[in-house]
Amino acid sequence: MSLKQTPSQTIGPFFSYGLTPEQSNYPNLSSLSTNSLLTGSTIGEEIRLEGRIFDGAGDIVSDAMIEIWQTDAEGRYPDQQSSGKTNSNFSGFGRCDTGVDSQNKYIFETIKPGQIDTETAPHINVTIFMRGLLLHVFTRIYFSDEGRSNSADAVLSTVPFDRQKTLIAKKVAGVTPVTYVFDVFLQGENETVFFDI
Amino acid sequence: MLKSQFTARDWGSNPKYLSPSYKSTILRSPTKPLIPLKQTLSEITGPVFGHHSIKPLDNDLTQNGITDGREPLGERIIVSGKVIDEKGRPQRSTLIEIWQCNSAGRYIHSNDQHNAPLDPNFFGGGRCMTDENGYYKFYTIKPAAYPWGNHPNAWRPAHIHFSLFGPAYATRLITQSYFPGDPLLELDPIFMATPKSSRNLLIKQFSIGASEEGFALGYNFDFILRGPNATPMEN
Repeated sequence: MSLKQTPSQTIGPFFSYGLTPEQSNYPNLSSLSTNSLLTGSTIGEEIRLEGRIFDGAGDIVSDAMIEIWQTDAEGRYPDQQSSGKTNSNFSGFGRCDTGVDSQNKYIFETIKPGQIDTETAPHINVTIFMRGLLLHVFTRIYFSDEGRSNSADAVLSTVPFDRQKTLIAKKVAGVTPVTYVFDVFLQGENETVFFDI
Repeated sequence: MLKSQFTARDWGSNPKYLSPSYKSTILRSPTKPLIPLKQTLSEITGPVFGHHSIKPLDNDLTQNGITDGREPLGERIIVSGKVIDEKGRPQRSTLIEIWQCNSAGRYIHSNDQHNAPLDPNFFGGGRCMTDENGYYKFYTIKPAAYPWGNHPNAWRPAHIHFSLFGPAYATRLITQSYFPGDPLLELDPIFMATPKSSRNLLIKQFSIGASEEGFALGYNFDFILRGPNATPMEN
């Protein structure tokens, strides 16, 4: 006999003073996690990950919270279930409020994740919450410069080929730090792939 | 090494993405079917928050927003309960974050334009970790209903927002908890978007036992998260 799961409800428009207080300029609370996963002693290639979220009318969503969960540069999660040990000083988790940036981008400073195994390309797990989403959506970010491992990825290969591009962040040429852009489309021709996990 | 996958999201318990009476869903809900993902290490692991990250007043919203030495206005309440999985197993040391409006129905958020007064001594945000038996407790001020623009004369029933992690990326939950007997519930398109059979899981229960004599009334609210699947996966 199983109990029913507590239903999800929308995060609503006013989450930021509780969930992203420092980033959103509410100094009463400290932030438990921010949009920078770098600690100064994090090992790996530092990257900037940014993008915007578009609704079905093509408008940019300015009141979303986006969370990321990723391995360290060696493909290890900082979690008891993970078989290996991660290097210390890397939480693997970040949070960003799209209402802060003047163009309503989400921006993360992190490291490029490593590869967990040969069937898993480097990727970042993404959870998105916003007013109008009664239930959060899950997606994944892969990297445009990882073509070989992307083509061997067990999850990406289950996605119809013409939609796989919605899961691949594009590397921006010639900028420092190395920057990848990943826009999210909630609806429309290029609707991002969302997973039932 | 064997690791457990988690049971599926309960689609009979959760609201659908598109619920047109809640207008914001119309342009923000995915239109294509979700793609099934066989859980991997990425989904069965999750962020860890230590007890050290929580400060003593973080779970007491009657105290953590005081700026002029006086307590916030409104009715003090206690909201407590436990976090369990679908088999009733306690979820220990998991982070719970809350946010809410004040006793006049106004959020401190700068985008809230409702012309009810702010309370200089109420912030409305807090958090705690569940204990080793999965229990949590918050002290706060009872939030009020407030109007919103979804439809003419639309009012949100009083509610507290809750954010939980559970043991894995797959068990993440953000929800709202309402108050028993509220006549606004059946008029609220967000609450009503939830399947009828699971709406009661979003309503606190008044509990004289959880009340503290001479101080505050108590409400109980439990969370039921996705649990490990019976079949472990081979790594």
